[in-house]
Amino acid sequence: MARSKSAPLEPGAIPWLLAAALATAAPHAAHLPLWLSLSVGAALLWRAWLWRTDSPLPPRALLAVVALTGVAAIGWQFRTLLGRDCGVALIVFFMAMKPLEMRTRRDSTALVMLGFFLLLTHYFYSQSIVTGLWLLAATTLLVAALIRLHGGGQPARVIVRDAALLLAQSLPLMLILFLLFPRVAGPLWGLPQDAHAGLSGLSDRMSPGSLNRLIESGSIAFRVEFAGELPPQTSLYWRGPVLDDYDGLTWSVPPSGARPPATAPLIESRGKNYRYVSTLEANNQRWLLALDLPLERPAGSMLARRFETLAREPLRTRARFAFSSAPDFIANRDEDPALLLQSLRLPAQLNPRSRKLAQSWRAQFASPQQISDQALRFFAHNDFIYTLRPPLLGQNAVDDFLFATRRGFCEHYASAYVVLMRAAGVPARVVTGYQGGELNPVDGYLTVRQSDAHAWAEIWIAGRGWQRVDPTASVAPSRIERGIDAALPASDPLPALVRIDSDWLRELRNHYEAANNRWNQWVLGYNPQRQRELLSRLGFTDPDWRNMSAALATLCAIALTIVAIATLRQRQRATPAQRAWRRFCTRLKKQGMAREDWEGPLAFAARVAREKPPLATICFKAASLFAQLHYGTGTPAQLQELKDCTRRLPSSWRKIR
Amino acid sequence: MSIVDRLKPWLLRFGVDQELPIVLTQRRIFIMPTASGLLFAIVLVVMLLGAINYDLALGHALVFLLAAIGLVAMIHTFRNLLALRVTPGRAEPVFAGELARFTVHLENTHRQARCALELAFGKNETVSINVAAEGRASVGIACPAPRRGRLDPGRITLSTRYPLGFFRAWSYPHPPLSCLVYPQPIVSPLPPPGAAAHDGQRYGEQGEEDFTGLRLRQPSDSPRHIAWKAVARDIDHRPLLVKEFAGGAAPELWLDWSATPADSGIEMRLSLLAGWVLAAEQGGAPYGLRLPGLALAPDHGDAQRDACLEALALYGAQ
Repeated sequence: MARSKSAPLEPGAIPWLLAAALATAAPHAAHLPLWLSLSVGAALLWRAWLWRTDSPLPPRALLAVVALTGVAAIGWQFRTLLGRDCGVALIVFFMAMKPLEMRTRRDSTALVMLGFFLLLTHYFYSQSIVTGLWLLAATTLLVAALIRLHGGGQPARVIVRDAALLLAQSLPLMLILFLLFPRVAGPLWGLPQDAHAGLSGLSDRMSPGSLNRLIESGSIAFRVEFAGELPPQTSLYWRGPVLDDYDGLTWSVPPSGARPPATAPLIESRGKNYRYVSTLEANNQRWLLALDLPLERPAGSMLARRFETLAREPLRTRARFAFSSAPDFIANRDEDPALLLQSLRLPAQLNPRSRKLAQSWRAQFASPQQISDQALRFFAHNDFIYTLRPPLLGQNAVDDFLFATRRGFCEHYASAYVVLMRAAGVPARVVTGYQGGELNPVDGYLTVRQSDAHAWAEIWIAGRGWQRVDPTASVAPSRIERGIDAALPASDPLPALVRIDSDWLRELRNHYEAANNRWNQWVLGYNPQRQRELLSRLGFTDPDWRNMSAALATLCAIALTIVAIATLRQRQRATPAQRAWRRFCTRLKKQGMAREDWEGPLAFAARVAREKPPLATICFKAASLFAQLHYGTGTPAQLQELKDCTRRLPSSWRKIR
Repeated sequence: MSIVDRLKPWLLRFGVDQELPIVLTQRRIFIMPTASGLLFAIVLVVMLLGAINYDLALGHALVFLLAAIGLVAMIHTFRNLLALRVTPGRAEPVFAGELARFTVHLENTHRQARCALELAFGKNETVSINVAAEGRASVGIACPAPRRGRLDPGRITLSTRYPLGFFRAWSYPHPPLSCLVYPQPIVSPLPPPGAAAHDGQRYGEQGEEDFTGLRLRQPSDSPRHIAWKAVARDIDHRPLLVKEFAGGAAPELWLDWSATPADSGIEMRLSLLAGWVLAAEQGGAPYGLRLPGLALAPDHGDAQRDACLEALALYGAQ
């Protein structure tokens, strides 16, 4: 009964609704199965054709069959009907089916609501600036569709203008809500399994070729804002997983790696300390990639026994962390013997030549430091080449690398160095993370990309603790000093964003990334913590939800009042004749003759004639002209004459007595 | 009668508006969210929960933008009615059982157009109209006319859901409107001419075929016969003259109350008379109407027909 009461849908509104459905559903084609995107397109086209030919809608029974088939197919495709991606697929499918049974205005309103909901689902996949702009465009279109539904047939231009006006008036209010609406940290309930698919970063194991996949990606790993000056480029080692287990092929984090240490690690700074805030992109890992080595960590994080900074939970969203680090350090002069033993372990049978070489060094040199220097000299003096496209290695990977191929990148050098050191009886381990970073002069942030991924080594020397050694530096010093772009031959694959030669392109990229960073920091990264920061900067010393809600309500009310005044206050527009007459009267006022509001033009002229006879002629002329223009049928020539009268009035400084 | 019904006249105590044009001031405009507005609010809450749960900053932005749009749309819905001027117009008489259409003039002094204004009497059929910026528009609002007499349609419900349909603003302008409702005509054979005619005035020899001359006008003469040209020639000095014709063959026809069956009800007899008036008018001959206490001299033409029907419509009124 209620359904029959709703107004029937005007055919003229259908193109608007179809356009809205298309705009909200189309971008999902990028990650939906092809068959679904095609059927959605076909359903919308079908509806458009029905509208063109003014044909009746398909029977409900047929639609029910199609809808059930579609839902079953989606369930089969995703093997569930619950997950996030599956939910999106279902909404997109309904968005295409709904127009086929849309008969009333109420149906169409439901379609627009579905469109609003569908807009939200895009942010599961991207929240970039472009998506943000597209949000505005798509919302305008949906609002325009609503205006077309409820405002009747007007020209498309008028509808879009009205929608844009509505949006423009809403933006200040949205800004207030965005900044002051009390934020709650999610999630409120368990997220589906597929909620964090497709996040990339370092892993807890390093097998040949695993790191160069990362290096070939130009995407940003994290951005760092230093409180003062930047440390030198050569000490920008961002510490990730420490790999202490070696099986001859793969280096991996020992199972005990994530456990808290029995005794707190002891780190002493020997030089300058640096304070900074890192904004890490989501990577679904726990390593917080502090600058080697961290002295102060963010609350809630933990320093593991191998000095990795670990978050409590894998990082599912971009987040900010404040650190203080000492690039020049002494760490754990006294180390747990079990840990040192672990750092000496090697697979027994493998790499005989390397072992022999290392043992000869051990006999030759007294101190571990000398052995390490010898190893680095070995790399420097034997035509080793730094390349991202190394040849494949055999079962004795380190032997093959050291004595045959001699081509590789950081993971090969770090791995071979650590094997040599362990064979020579020096505790050593592989550290992975990022090295370097590029300062963006636009906003002063240091940008660290996946292509800055790096592997280096650490050795332990009695009395001096763990020391960082980067064997790659002895082969390709430019890698450490100027970044991977400088170290690699031009033929090696590197993302275009990393290898930019022309200055203006680089500047463009810097501006783009700085804008992105600002977007990330202030729009996407606007969380409860940032909100508190902003509020305390605005003078709310102790913002709790009560005074925040009060401030929010007040500001919203003020913004709405301003919009209401601008919208509702409407002065009647004066006609050109009224304006000209008013100007004439203003000019007369300066001569001391003010017209009363109730005075008609001719009565006023008569009064002027009595009180200031010299002005009588011109006043009578102007008054009669205005009377004809306003009350009768005036001509443009008369309007011009009225304006001339104003001009012929004596100026104020020549007062007529 | 519930309390609400009792309170209604007090709540909506405007009564008939005497001052014209009726200007819809803020005091007279009501506004409430519609069902789709409530649905929108629910969708927004669900979206906000989703945005919080998945920690979507742009999701928050979208929800806040939509909430802001909803609030701003409320102002625009209100604006769509504010300061609109309503003036009553004419309503053409109708026969009982037909739909009466009351013309209402709307004037928009604002610089923005008023879109999708909906006008209705109570729960009757709604008409939709746009009024251009600084423009006027006239609209006929339908109201069923079930009984003869003067129809008072009551207050107008003037409402709008523009722009987004989330809010409905309405007002009850109550201009003095009335429409004459003729009795529902019953088609039946005309009474024989002269059957019930009384002697007295005799117009029998007159017709309209041949002009014979002018004479002084008597109050019972139809205005159609006034010699306007002759009057216009010398407007100040002559009384009104009437053209005289000769040779009309039709005998005079009196439609008489007493000719209707006395055993049927008043309404039935009036309906019969209304049917006769229509038939007589179609016949082309002059006809007169005689009701208890009232007689209309024979004549014919639209004016005569309307006069007769009006007399029937208002019979027994006061």
